[in-house]
Amino acid sequence: MYFQPKTLEQAVQDAQTQGLRILAGGTDFYPMNGDRLPEGPILDVTRIKGMTGVTRTSDGWRIGGATCWSDILKADLPKAFDGLKAAAREVGSIQIQNVGTIAGNLCNASPAADSVPPLLTLGAKVELTSAFGKRLLNLEDFILGVRKTALRSGEILTAVHIADAGQARSVFSKLGSRKYLVISIAMVAVLIEIQDGAIARARVAVGACSPVAQRLRDLEADLRGRRQVAGVVTPAHLSALSPIDDVRGSADYRLEVVAPMIEEALERCLEST
Amino acid sequence: MKDAAPEGIAFTLNNKPVQAGAAAGERLSATLRETLGARDVKIGCNAGDCGACTVLVDGAPVCACLMSTAQVEGRHVETLSGLVQNDKDTRALAEAFQNHGAAQCGICTPGMMVSATAYLRNKNSSVEDALGGVLCRCTGYRKILDAVAETANGGAGPLPVSGGMGTSIRRLDGVAKVEGREAFGDDVAPAATPVVKVIRSPYPRARFEFGDLEGFCTHTGGVLAVLSAKDIKGRNCFGVIPPFADQPVFAVAETRFRGEAVAAVVGTPELMARFDPADFPVTWQELPAVMDCDTAMAADAPQIHSGRSGNVMTGGFVQCGDADRALNGAAQRVSGRFSTGFVEHAYIEPEAGYATVTDGRVEIHGCTQAPVMDLDSMEEILGIDRDRIRIVPTAVGGGFGSKLDISMQPYLALAALKINGPVRMAYSRAESMQSTTKRHPADIELTIGADETGRVQGFRFDGLFNTGAYASWGPTVANRVPVHASGPYRISDYRAEAKGIHTHCPPSGAFRGFGVPQAAIAQEVLFDELAAKLDMDPLEFRELNALENGAPTVCGQVFKQGVGIKACFKALREPWAKAKEEAAAFNAKGGPLRRGVGIAAGWYGCGNTSLPNPSTIKSGVRSDGTIVLHQGAMDIGQGANTVISQIFAEALGCDVKHLHLIGADTDVTPDAGKTSASRQTFVSGNAARLSGLALRAEILRRCNVDSAAAIIEPAEGALVVRDGSARHEVSLGGLGSDADGYVLRAEETYDPPTKPLDKDGQGVPYAQFGYAAHLAVVDVDMRYGTVRPVRFVAAHDVGHAVNPMLVEGQVHGGIAQGLGMALMEEFIPGRTENLHDYLIPTIGDIPPIETLIIEEPDAHGPYGAKGLGEHVLIPTAPALINAINRAAGVQLRQVPVTPSRLKAAMKEACHD
Repeated sequence: MYFQPKTLEQAVQDAQTQGLRILAGGTDFYPMNGDRLPEGPILDVTRIKGMTGVTRTSDGWRIGGATCWSDILKADLPKAFDGLKAAAREVGSIQIQNVGTIAGNLCNASPAADSVPPLLTLGAKVELTSAFGKRLLNLEDFILGVRKTALRSGEILTAVHIADAGQARSVFSKLGSRKYLVISIAMVAVLIEIQDGAIARARVAVGACSPVAQRLRDLEADLRGRRQVAGVVTPAHLSALSPIDDVRGSADYRLEVVAPMIEEALERCLEST
Repeated sequence: MKDAAPEGIAFTLNNKPVQAGAAAGERLSATLRETLGARDVKIGCNAGDCGACTVLVDGAPVCACLMSTAQVEGRHVETLSGLVQNDKDTRALAEAFQNHGAAQCGICTPGMMVSATAYLRNKNSSVEDALGGVLCRCTGYRKILDAVAETANGGAGPLPVSGGMGTSIRRLDGVAKVEGREAFGDDVAPAATPVVKVIRSPYPRARFEFGDLEGFCTHTGGVLAVLSAKDIKGRNCFGVIPPFADQPVFAVAETRFRGEAVAAVVGTPELMARFDPADFPVTWQELPAVMDCDTAMAADAPQIHSGRSGNVMTGGFVQCGDADRALNGAAQRVSGRFSTGFVEHAYIEPEAGYATVTDGRVEIHGCTQAPVMDLDSMEEILGIDRDRIRIVPTAVGGGFGSKLDISMQPYLALAALKINGPVRMAYSRAESMQSTTKRHPADIELTIGADETGRVQGFRFDGLFNTGAYASWGPTVANRVPVHASGPYRISDYRAEAKGIHTHCPPSGAFRGFGVPQAAIAQEVLFDELAAKLDMDPLEFRELNALENGAPTVCGQVFKQGVGIKACFKALREPWAKAKEEAAAFNAKGGPLRRGVGIAAGWYGCGNTSLPNPSTIKSGVRSDGTIVLHQGAMDIGQGANTVISQIFAEALGCDVKHLHLIGADTDVTPDAGKTSASRQTFVSGNAARLSGLALRAEILRRCNVDSAAAIIEPAEGALVVRDGSARHEVSLGGLGSDADGYVLRAEETYDPPTKPLDKDGQGVPYAQFGYAAHLAVVDVDMRYGTVRPVRFVAAHDVGHAVNPMLVEGQVHGGIAQGLGMALMEEFIPGRTENLHDYLIPTIGDIPPIETLIIEEPDAHGPYGAKGLGEHVLIPTAPALINAINRAAGVQLRQVPVTPSRLKAAMKEACHD
C-alpha cells in the first residue's frame, strides 16, 4: 500500500493504518531499507497541501514538515535563521537538500542531525497532527534519544513553529572529516542578541556529543553581559555532554573541540553584528 | 490509497511522456533503469552517498535511489542520455569532459554531468557545492572542475582526436562515457533476467548448518534455484596465485570472514527485489575470531588454514650488506612503529555481471581487470572444458586492484548453468565492501641510520601485513614490499622482511601499490626525521641518497639507464623553496592555522616480480581496408584503450583515428595480461609496438617500400602507403582472408626480462621502475586537528609520456587516493560497510595539483615509456604526513590522520 494523500484530513486517516511508515524526502527512509523494496504500507507526505513551505504567522514562522532544505535556504528569513540555513547547507549534498525535509531530519532522531542544534537555539516547537487533533511540543521534549521521538502512532510531524527572535543573530558550525556528505563529529549552534555591545541573551546548543543534541543553559546564563568570549567556556559548562568514541572521533576529542567551536561561533556571531 | 496503479505512474522522461508501473515504494532509479531502460542512471550505493544516480526532477538534481517513483508523478525527469541530446549546456559539457579527460572509468560521469548541468543553468552556488554530492574515485576531481569551469566560460577548442606518441588526444572510448551509453557490469542484462543473490556470513567466524534447502526452493514462490558448495562440479577453491589458492566459492561448515558466501539464491526479479537473506534456511553459531596480526600470531589463536602455522601465510625478504652492524655504527638513527588500516577500493561501480548459457557454453559478461585469469578460475571451479567458457568484459567502473580477483563470476556461471538460462547479479555496496579485497593493514617497525655526511647507513624494516582470511594477492604484497621498502635510494646495508598474516578479516589483496604505499609512509616519514637529526634539508638529504644510473638497488640490480628519481627531485627544488618561504610567511602571521610543507618520493617496479608476465597483441587488416587492433589490455578508466592504440599507431605508421578497436574477449582477443602492477603501458604497450611493427613490415614488403617515414592509410579495399611524394597502394582484394576475416595479420608477445630473486632477494625483479616525488602543502587548524591540503606539486618520471593528459589524470587520481588513505579512509569490518561511514575524498577535499612530467627514457619501455598507475599514490600519504608533522610539531605514526588522532598526537607532543 502506498498512500499519497493531498489533504491533511485524508493523511491523518491514512496514518492510522497498522504498521505504517512515513516517507518524506526518502533520504533516511531508503538507506535504512538496505537495497530491498520497502515492505508494508507507506504514507508519502510530500503532496499534502500545507505541509510544504515557510510562512509568516502572527508571532513567528511556520515551516511545513515536508519542506526541503533547499526551500528553507531560499526562504526570506531574518538573521536569527542564519544558523539554520548554514545547517541546511551542510545536510548531505545538494541532491539531499533538494528532497530531505525538516520533519524527516527531526523524526529520524540521529544524534548527528544537522538541524537540531540550530532549531534548539531558535526555541522550535513541533506540530504533531493525528486524526484526534494537534499538539505542540518543544523540540527538546520531542527527541527523546537515539532514533527515539515522542511521535505517536498515527501522528504526523506537520510543521515546525519558531517564535520571533527579535534582532538575534545565529551561527552554526560543523566539524567533519571531509568537505561534503559528511556526518558530524561535533556541531555547535549559537544564537545571541546584543545590546550596547554586550550579549543580552544567548542560546548555545551542541550536537553529536550526546544521544540528543542539547542546549548548554549554564553557559547561556554566563554569557549574559559579556563582550568578549575568549576562554568563556569551562569544563563545567560541558558537564552535561556525554560523547562517545566512534569511527568519527574519540569522546575525549569531542569534548576538547567543543569549547573552541563554541567560542569561535560566538565570535563570528559577535562580529556579524 | 493506491497500490501500483495498473496504468502506471505518468511523468515525462527526457521530454517524452512515459507511464511506468512500479511496486509500492519502488525507487525511481529502479523504475528508470529496469522499466524504462534508462541504464544511464548508475547505481553506486542505493543510499545517496555517491550521487551516481543523480537525475533532474523539475530541474533540481536528486538521487534517483532515494525517491519513490510515485513522487515524480506529473513531474519532469531528465537523465544524462536525454540531456546530452536536448540541452546545449550538457552538450558543451560533453565536449569539455572529453577535452580534459574528466571521465576516466565513466561510472560517475552521468551523475557528475547531470549535476553540472543544473549548476550551469543557474550558477547560484560554487561549482564545488554543486558537484559535492557526486563521488569520483578515478579523477581526483580537478579535471572535472576544469571541464565545468571551461564550459561555464563558453568552452574552448577541442583536443585532437588523432595523434601519435606524446600527444594529448581525447580518449578513444570517451564519447560513450559522456553520452551515457557506456555499458558497465549491471547495464547489459535484459530487464526480466533472473537475479542471483549470495547468502553471506553475518559473523567473522561462524559454524553454520543449512535447513531444508530443497523445501525452501520448492515452497518459496519465485525461487528458481539454490546453490551451495555441493553444486560445484570442479574445485570449490580459487585464488589468483595458484600455489596459494585457498578461497572457497561457497564456504563449507565454517566461514572465515564476515561477508563470506555460503549459498546463493536464484529467483525472479520480482522476488529478489524483496528477498531478505534472513529468510534463508541457515543457522549460525558465532565462533571466536582473530582480527589483527598480533592476536592471530598468539600461541592460542585459532589456525585459519592448515599448513600455515601461526597463521603466517608467507613472507618476503631482501638483504644486502649488514644492516644491524651499519646501524650500530651510524652517527644518527631514527626508529618508528607505524600502522595503517584497511583501505577499501571504493570504486563507484559495485561488482556486477550477466551470464548466459548457449548449447551448454557459458558466457560471463561483467566488470573485470583480468579476463583470462577469470577464465582460468572458472575452468577450475566449473570443471568444464575451457572452450565452453567465454569471458566478455563490460566497461569497468573502477578497479584499482580489487577487480583482479573473481567476485560475482562463479555465482553467475553456476546459476546460469543450473537454470540453463541467463542470470544477472549486482553486488550491493555493503556486499562489495564486506566481501571483496582491501588494502592490507600494516604494522611496520623501521630503523634507519646515517653517517655524519648524511648518507644512509643501515636500514632495517619488519612489516606485518594483515592478509585477511584468504591469500588473494597477499604473497605479492609480501614479496614486493621488501624489494621497494628502501624507496628510490642507494642503501648498501639493508634488511627488510614482510609477512602476510591470516586473520578473520576480509581478504586483503591488490590495491594500487601492493603494500608499497604502506612501506613508503614509514620510510619517507623517518627520512624527514633523520634529515632533521642531521640538520639537513629534507630535499637535499633525499637528493644526496637518491639512486642513480650505475648504482645498485637493494636487490643488487644495476640500471645503466632510466633512473629518474634525481630528475624528479631536481624538478621540485624551486617549488620546495617557494613553498617553504610561503609557509614561513603564513605562520609568521600567527592565528590558529599552521602551514606545513612536506615532500616524499617513491618508486615502483612495473610488471610481475621476477615472474613471467607476457602480453599478446593481435592486429589485422580486413579485405575492405579496415585496420583492426585487438586491444586486450583492460581499460578500467586509466586509459589503456587510448594509450595502447597510440603506441600501436606509432609503430604501424598510421594515424590512430584509422584504427578499429576490438576489446578484451576471451573468444577473439589474445591475452594482454591483467591490468595490474602498472604493466599495461610497458608490457602490453611493447606487445602493441611489436604487433604494429610486424604489420607494418608486412604491408611495406607488399609494396616494396623500405622507409621509416612511410605513412599507412586505409582505403576502400586497399591500404595506401605514402612515402614522401610517392604513393603506393596495397590492394587487398586478391588476398585470402583467415578465419578471423583478416587478409594481413600480426600477433606479437612481449615478456619483460627479469631474473629470479635468491634467498637474500638479490636478482632482477623488474625490467623497469618508474619514479616519483610529491610536494604537499597543508594547513592544520591547531584548535581542531583538522587538515586542509592547500596544493600538491607532483613530479613523475614516466620515461616518455604517451598521452600527457592521461598522465595527469593518473597523477590526480592517485593523489586523491593517497590523500584519502592519509586523512580519512579506514575500513573496519562490520562497521564501515557503506560510503557514509567509510569516507573517501569529495570534490571539496582535493586541492590544485601541478603535475611535472619527467621523461627519463627507459630502454625496455615502448618508445621509452614507463608504467605509472601505482606510482601516483606512493609518495602522497608520506608527503602529507611530513607536511602535517612540520605544521603541527608532531610525529605521526598512524594513518588515517583523523582530526581526533591528530589532536591526540598534539597533546602527546606537548607532554614530551
